Amino acid sequence: MARIRDDTGLNARQRFLRWLLEGDDALDQALADGLDAPPPRPLPSPRAVPVPAAPDPGQRRRERASRWLYVCIALLLCVGIMGILLRTAADLPAFGRADNPTNNEVPARYIEKGLQETGAVNIVAGMILDYRAFDTLGESNVLFVAACTVVILLRLQQGDGHRLPRSVAEELTWEPRHDVILQTMASLLVPLALMFGLYVVLNGHLSPGGGFSGGTVMGAALILYLAAFGFEKAERFFTFRTFRAVSVCALGFYALAKAYSFFTGANGLPSVFTPGTPGALFSAGLIPYLNIAVGLVVACTMYAFFTLFRKGDV
Amino acid sequence: MPLWQSIPLASILLPLAGAALASVLPARAARRWTVLLLCLVTGGSCLLLVRTLPGSTAFNYPMGHFGAPWGNELRAGPLEAMMALLFSGISLLSLLGGMRRLQEDITSHRQSAFCAILLLMQAALMAQVYTNDLFTVYVFVEIMTIAGCALIASRSTRGRGLASAARYMVMNLIASALLLLGIILTYDLTGHLLMEPVQKAILPLQQSGAYALPLTAVIALPVLALAIKAALFPFHTWVPDAYASATPTGAAMLSGVVCKGYLVVLLKVIFRVITPAVVLDAGISDVLFCFGAAGMVMGSVHALRQTEVKRMIAWSSVAQIGYIFLGLGLHTEAGAAAALLHLMGHAAAKSLLFLSVDPLMAASGRQGRLEGLRGAGLRAPVAGAAFTLGALSLVGIPFLPGFVSKVSLARAALAYGGLHTWGALAVLALSTLLNVLYMLRTVLLIWSPGGSPRDPAVPSPGPLCHLSLGLLSAACLGLGCLAGPVLEAIRAGLAVFGIPL
Repeated sequence: MARIRDDTGLNARQRFLRWLLEGDDALDQALADGLDAPPPRPLPSPRAVPVPAAPDPGQRRRERASRWLYVCIALLLCVGIMGILLRTAADLPAFGRADNPTNNEVPARYIEKGLQETGAVNIVAGMILDYRAFDTLGESNVLFVAACTVVILLRLQQGDGHRLPRSVAEELTWEPRHDVILQTMASLLVPLALMFGLYVVLNGHLSPGGGFSGGTVMGAALILYLAAFGFEKAERFFTFRTFRAVSVCALGFYALAKAYSFFTGANGLPSVFTPGTPGALFSAGLIPYLNIAVGLVVACTMYAFFTLFRKGDV
Repeated sequence: MPLWQSIPLASILLPLAGAALASVLPARAARRWTVLLLCLVTGGSCLLLVRTLPGSTAFNYPMGHFGAPWGNELRAGPLEAMMALLFSGISLLSLLGGMRRLQEDITSHRQSAFCAILLLMQAALMAQVYTNDLFTVYVFVEIMTIAGCALIASRSTRGRGLASAARYMVMNLIASALLLLGIILTYDLTGHLLMEPVQKAILPLQQSGAYALPLTAVIALPVLALAIKAALFPFHTWVPDAYASATPTGAAMLSGVVCKGYLVVLLKVIFRVITPAVVLDAGISDVLFCFGAAGMVMGSVHALRQTEVKRMIAWSSVAQIGYIFLGLGLHTEAGAAAALLHLMGHAAAKSLLFLSVDPLMAASGRQGRLEGLRGAGLRAPVAGAAFTLGALSLVGIPFLPGFVSKVSLARAALAYGGLHTWGALAVLALSTLLNVLYMLRTVLLIWSPGGSPRDPAVPSPGPLCHLSLGLLSAACLGLGCLAGPVLEAIRAGLAVFGIPL
């Protein structure tokens, strides 16, 4: 940040605020050049901040005063909004009372009929994957759109004109391939974590858990394996192709299955997926399969985020 | 239930499922797949409009075996069908018009991810148009927010693009948080997320005067959040850089479609959730009126000062969003209808401008400075003509949508009476004058002879781009000439959209 500071009189925090609110070409350029780039070029842009040759003390005083004014107004606004929101929260209907407006026919049906209508012992799974499955379909696509965005922003390719920053390349060379303690613990923990994640996913309709939480556990296990044994070994079973194949199959299955269930539901047709015997592993209609799909997407996306941030590819 | 009533479901799920497939296809196939799906959605929306418009009927569509309020629900009527047709058509034409630039701007191994983003954006927009549930709104707002970031940053993943995407994310994430807070408070007060039960619960609350402060927060927070996302004047700081650094397809979609999607949600919140009477009582519409008026003037003033053509167009977007908020702030049926007509006209004209300015820049040695565009219209006549048409529409020349919507806004203001009338008329006049100054200056500049000769190495924009520019121009002209029937259709749609005013 030292380099960014020196061409105007502002410090980094003030430059950041100014950049956020007004735009600042010099800072954009500095961001563009990255950390290992040559010193900044003179900027031809007309919006670049003019640099006063010898700052006139009156002007500096005025600038400082306006900055203070700015900070004071911002603080006042923040405190004001915080006060209003806190007062709002205090004025809300009391939590847990019988006459609370949220205690209406909606949760009543979820609680009373949820088990027999969805077949899911875990009522939450029945709510998010059956009653309100459309929202959850959107939610799993939030993860997918984030993954696509990270791919667009970070994925590098040979001949792309980009290269790995030197620090990252060195880090990849000196990965902990011979760290015995880490590797021993990882070889103990990774199978356990994977099994546990799988259990949480598969029992999502029977016990607390489900695709999102179980998928995160599995993703964490994969990341631990990668951290301990390096990319060469991890790439034997997980590459960009794996990531794409798993996400497209899981998301495609999810969308098609729910399209079927939305369509039959809206038209009053019976669904071939019936609740079954509550409590059995294969019960609750589509819910276990949807949990598996969500779990796969979440695990793959977690792992892909890690590797994309680490070396610009999966 | 007749089969055509499943069109809303298909317009959401086709792009959603297609996006997953597009992300694994090779670049060329992914582009074609995206175009095919957008064509299908556009055709479906057309069919839905034909079905719903004559009797002006709206219907609810339960999502799953459990009806509302236990499950999710869609609702479609003439206005929804019109918006869906507008959004899918403009997305399709933006993609076609910017296709060649897309291939230059985005490296081939990122293009399929970009196509997936476009499809997800389309699915989210359709969900916003059709949904009848507040939480679904939030989920798909999240998708739109992240996809918007990719649209901005995809051209240059370093430098200006990244910086403007970061600024966009900061503003939009604050807005998302406010929206979520508003929805949570709504649920706390009413116990529902589905729009109609919320409305039924809010009306007695307002009449009894209980929970006055939380009720105000419930109204103010979503409106504020959507105003930030639609880039209403004091919250517009992310707009100029974001539109200027995106690839033409991205800029056309962001300005023409994405911020309009948020406006449709806002319309839904005002008309279907909170109800106009409660909004008026809380004084929110006057706030919208004032900020809209300020945006109309300030956006134009800033546009006048720009030296880069794309930034100028982006600033003019800020002004045009001000017009829409002014119409909403008038709080009459005529005002809302005029705002919607302006929304449609602006969506077509602004995407036309963003798509046509790129061939003009390419014919002038790829420079964005205004002086560099001297004579660009003579070097790229089709793009020049399209740019001229779009600029004239924004200025408000008769037979173009800008003219009709400005006249309808003025009429709505005249019918309103009081201070609002004079304020609205003065601001309309001033803003139109400023529009003339900066838009006609640019139009005259691109048609005046001189400037650098055409570089033969620069390829022509290609038939696809010309086709898309021609279709968008035709849409502009059609909206302008058939404004009467369109306005009638908007009124009929508004009547079944929510609680009428």
